[in-house]
Amino acid sequence: MSKAHVQAKEPLIRMVKRGTISQEKAWGIRAIAFVLSLITGGLLILVLGHNPLEVYKAMVIGAWGSRTVIHETVKLAVPLLITAIGISFAFKMKFWNIGAEGQILVGAVAAGAFGLFTAHIFPKLPLVVLMMLAGMVAGGLYGLLPAVCKAKWGTNETLFTLMLNYIALAFIKYLMNGPWKAPGSSFPKIAMLVPGARLTKVLGVHWGWILALVLVVVSWIYFNKTKQGYEIAVVGESNNTARYAGINVSKVFRRTMFLSGALCGLVGMLQFAGADYTITEGTAGGVGFTAITVAWLAKMNPYGMLIVSVFIAMLERGSNTIQTNFKIPASASDLLIGIILFFMLGCEFFITYRLIFRGKEEHHA
Amino acid sequence: MGETTEFAVRMHHVTKTFGKVVANKDVDLELRDGEILALLGENGSGKTTLMNMLSGIYFPDHGEIDVHGKQVTIRSPRDAFELGIGMIHQHFKLVEVLTAAENIVLGLDGKATVNRKEINQKVRDLASRYGFELDPAKKVYNMAVSEKQTVEILKVLYRGADILILDEPTAVLTPQETEKLFAVLRNMKKDGKSIIIITHKLNEVMAISDRVAILRKGEYIGVVDTDKTNQAQLTEMMVGRPISLAIDRPKVEERPERLQVIGLTCLNGDGVKALDNVSFSAYGGEILGVAGIAGSGQRELCEAIAGLYPTIGGSVLYTGEHEGEPIKERILGLRPDEIVKKGISMAFVPEDRLGMGLVAGMDMTDNVMLRSYKNKKGIFVDRKAPKVLAEQLIEELEIVTPGVETPVGRLSGGNVQKVLLGREIALSPSVLIVAYPVRGLDINSSYRIYELLNEQKKKGVAVIFIGEDLDVLMELSDRIMVLCGGKVSGIVDPKEVTKEDIGLMMIHVEDDKLAKDEPEGNKTAKKEGVES
Amino acid sequence: MLSTLNSLFIAAVLAGTPLLLGALGEILTEKSGNLNLGVEGMMFMGAITGLAGSYYYEQAVTKGGGTPSGAVSALIALLVSFIAGSFGALIYSFLTISLRANQNVTGLTLTIFGTGFGNFFGEYIGLKAGGYVTVSGITKDAFSRLHIPVLSDIPVIGKLLFQYNWLVYFAIILAVVMTWFFNKSRVGLNLRAIGEDPATADAAGINITKYKYIATVVGGGICGIGGMYMSMVTTKGVWVHGCVSGYGWLAVALVIFATWSPARGILVALVFGGLTIMRMYVKIPGLPAQIYDMAPYVATIIVLVVTSMRQSKEHAQPKSCGLNYFREER
Repeated sequence: MSKAHVQAKEPLIRMVKRGTISQEKAWGIRAIAFVLSLITGGLLILVLGHNPLEVYKAMVIGAWGSRTVIHETVKLAVPLLITAIGISFAFKMKFWNIGAEGQILVGAVAAGAFGLFTAHIFPKLPLVVLMMLAGMVAGGLYGLLPAVCKAKWGTNETLFTLMLNYIALAFIKYLMNGPWKAPGSSFPKIAMLVPGARLTKVLGVHWGWILALVLVVVSWIYFNKTKQGYEIAVVGESNNTARYAGINVSKVFRRTMFLSGALCGLVGMLQFAGADYTITEGTAGGVGFTAITVAWLAKMNPYGMLIVSVFIAMLERGSNTIQTNFKIPASASDLLIGIILFFMLGCEFFITYRLIFRGKEEHHA
Repeated sequence: MGETTEFAVRMHHVTKTFGKVVANKDVDLELRDGEILALLGENGSGKTTLMNMLSGIYFPDHGEIDVHGKQVTIRSPRDAFELGIGMIHQHFKLVEVLTAAENIVLGLDGKATVNRKEINQKVRDLASRYGFELDPAKKVYNMAVSEKQTVEILKVLYRGADILILDEPTAVLTPQETEKLFAVLRNMKKDGKSIIIITHKLNEVMAISDRVAILRKGEYIGVVDTDKTNQAQLTEMMVGRPISLAIDRPKVEERPERLQVIGLTCLNGDGVKALDNVSFSAYGGEILGVAGIAGSGQRELCEAIAGLYPTIGGSVLYTGEHEGEPIKERILGLRPDEIVKKGISMAFVPEDRLGMGLVAGMDMTDNVMLRSYKNKKGIFVDRKAPKVLAEQLIEELEIVTPGVETPVGRLSGGNVQKVLLGREIALSPSVLIVAYPVRGLDINSSYRIYELLNEQKKKGVAVIFIGEDLDVLMELSDRIMVLCGGKVSGIVDPKEVTKEDIGLMMIHVEDDKLAKDEPEGNKTAKKEGVES
Repeated sequence: MLSTLNSLFIAAVLAGTPLLLGALGEILTEKSGNLNLGVEGMMFMGAITGLAGSYYYEQAVTKGGGTPSGAVSALIALLVSFIAGSFGALIYSFLTISLRANQNVTGLTLTIFGTGFGNFFGEYIGLKAGGYVTVSGITKDAFSRLHIPVLSDIPVIGKLLFQYNWLVYFAIILAVVMTWFFNKSRVGLNLRAIGEDPATADAAGINITKYKYIATVVGGGICGIGGMYMSMVTTKGVWVHGCVSGYGWLAVALVIFATWSPARGILVALVFGGLTIMRMYVKIPGLPAQIYDMAPYVATIIVLVVTSMRQSKEHAQPKSCGLNYFREER
């Protein structure tokens, strides 16, 4: 308090909007925030009585240490990436679709309707195509519903899509207990997909990963080079401007949400036919929520989402390892993702604004 | 000491920047005790910013402020209010769902509970002391504009402010209401209050103020005693040089009818008629000025014609050519893209430039293609042609921007408007609707805009010009349509009427006068409308 | 028939209380213009910390050779869960109010974080305790139904109205107090003004930042108490993985049902609570239980759509809700 004699002429801290900031500096700030978030997570680990470095190291090895775990990590990254791309369709037009969980589930159910009951009729290729289409259409329609209401009456889409998650979940529980219950099972569960109908593996993981990479490129082109992508961007910035430009806002809402839901539905199909071979309450397993953070961290850039989803898959896979090795519960990954995201959200402020402390006026030309 | 205490407010070397924009540069301002000081300047000259620093909305980057001779720090509106400074903003700062009295006591210290009976009575007493009429229990969203202003002024008085700042208080008032307001201000002055009134209307400056301080482009120009100056001198101080207000009005011989509007009616959000049976015609080769008090239906008129506002009655008939063939189309109720599909090229420069006309976060190329990206076939957008056009616009209209990749939201107001108008003109329209195209622009940009509009007129475009400055409207327009409360109170030839005539029409509609003032074209239009 | 209705009513009150608490917290938050979608997360945080607070208190006292007191244990649970919910809301407030982050995404992140927080510590403490965490009978009793002299003994009415656990009465009293606060108090008036029109409130000299922080943090604390109800009453003092499971989101929906009125929230929470447990009391032949489970969610959607169809000026979301306020924005 030695500065008490300084006359209180201005507030202690003021913020000033930066004119421009170089890309390097912006990424530097993000990198610092990222490191800080790891340190915060590390402190938590320390409090629990473990060595943070060892825990982090175990996580990395747990995700990349062997061929088997790499396959597992990729298997986790694929649904995350495709869902994130799907969500970014909606988010780009500021449509807060948090119903990816539900869209994944109905996609899985629709794919299951064919996979479980027509596997003896169709050969593999047409069956897989059918499952894909069914999953996408179901997911798309499930995403379309809130979009129609939003376009017509301005219904709040956040809660609408969220409620649809729970409805889809209840529906799957119903199928497990009732009509789709595996014959002969005393436990409520749905039968397994016959091996002949399961997705072919390429380099140890079902081909969904190739599809995901293709989707990264395709969606980037869609967002940046096509008329429809341009329309999404305009609608996202201002509905008024979009109407002025002759864009049918309601149509863009519907079309984009259908696509968003369809991609999530595709994830459901991939999980069913490529990873789990059955449908459970855990088929979506929180992917729909985690993918939101993936999309946001990557600033809706598909290439960024590729990196972030692989990173988060690593955290999730790695937290399974630390559960076995250190007896740290696997929910640690959620906690850590939350912490990282908090820091990333916060650091954007320092990219947009500059703080000026009292008496430390910077002089700029 | 004696010298400083006679000033209610002194501002020294005050500077405020927003990013790269310098809003106020090294400004000095002095307000004497018990005087009415007019703060004069063009739109965008930094008047409001300067006053916002006095009322605690902004904090200056540099400079000092003295109130009643003591140096002070105004960090927040609360600080300002404790110093007895109250500001009546141009955009009313009232909470819509609360009552007048609740708004007035908002933010005040006092008992933990709010006794509505008591505050209503207090407000009623205060209102009657100054001759206001107000129901303290009325919710703000049910109020007319002048009532809201009354609430704003009472709010400041209730807080015991002795320094009042009014930001363009007359912009939303009729001349009669303005007179009433000025009478109240004179009462307050007698009461010992010191008042700053921000305005850019010279006649009001002359009528109400004791002294006039002038700002130009964020800089302080000087202060003069009102009774020792005249409008010409003030204008010169305000714009920097004597200006020939003479705006060109070229005459175009051929004037084909382009747009025939009959009985246009629409409702606003509250179910009140925003447009009531509006009929007129717009001709190629002329500028049709539209005058009226703010909120008389101007926005709804533009947007209804452009296909952006729902209507409940009337029709709009377009006559023109498409690929050499004459066409006649009813366009009311069509979306903008449907209008384009009919082969009609109608350009519209909306009032809300960054909220409707442009996408603030996108660069110039993406903004330039906003209205034309659909023209090319296929699923991909073509950014090559728009980029060329954007560069062309930068050169032709002297748009100041770091480059075509800079988001338009970062440009200054005048440059934003040039991008918008330039893009619309590039559509080679046959009808051009412009709403308040020079609002917030400096004088040079404004004249450039007038030139561009005249060029379009000479090309045979039917220009509909929604304006607010009557002097400009009267010099630029070939005909002026006056709106009052959503109705057309008359369509006149500006060469044959005075400004006062138009002013009267802005506040009063005579229903029988309506037919008489209509030009020939419009009468036939009405007949056709009935027949079809 | 009558007894079925009675027990349905009682069960509805019990199931509706955590929803009411969550909704009250969110109403307070939204009145300040913050749309905090992290209710679920804050409830998780309150659920585990409340349980852990009581658990560690019991452990400490037992270790010292004493006998834990039910009232103290309950008070600790209340306090700790409030603090935990507030902590979550404080993170949210710092990010959205001070650092201007997007409210939607920050709220969602808080939900992810809080869910992870709850499940992580739930499992962690369980592992340490050698299996699972549970509080002793003394604390369980403190959260079981009260017996109020005279009142509880009134036939029928006594059972319907005066035999709940204390958190039920706490929630109802809180709702009444909040109604008074918004309508009659000066601070409540100021808060409403901020949620409707922060620029105006700011110009009126109200400290927006302070109000927003306090309303959001206290609101988060109330959500935390709602979460504690889940772990202490609904699951009877045992940590169940994912125990809040969607109740936080239902609470957010409830705010819309209640049209931002705490008093109406009581009624709506009762209806919602009823919908969540109805299948156990009113059987509809041929309707599977899982389909029945959809009822509250379907009802939420219907109400969402209906309220959006008829827009009202006063019984609506505070106008600035979801938008951050920057005084110097230009």
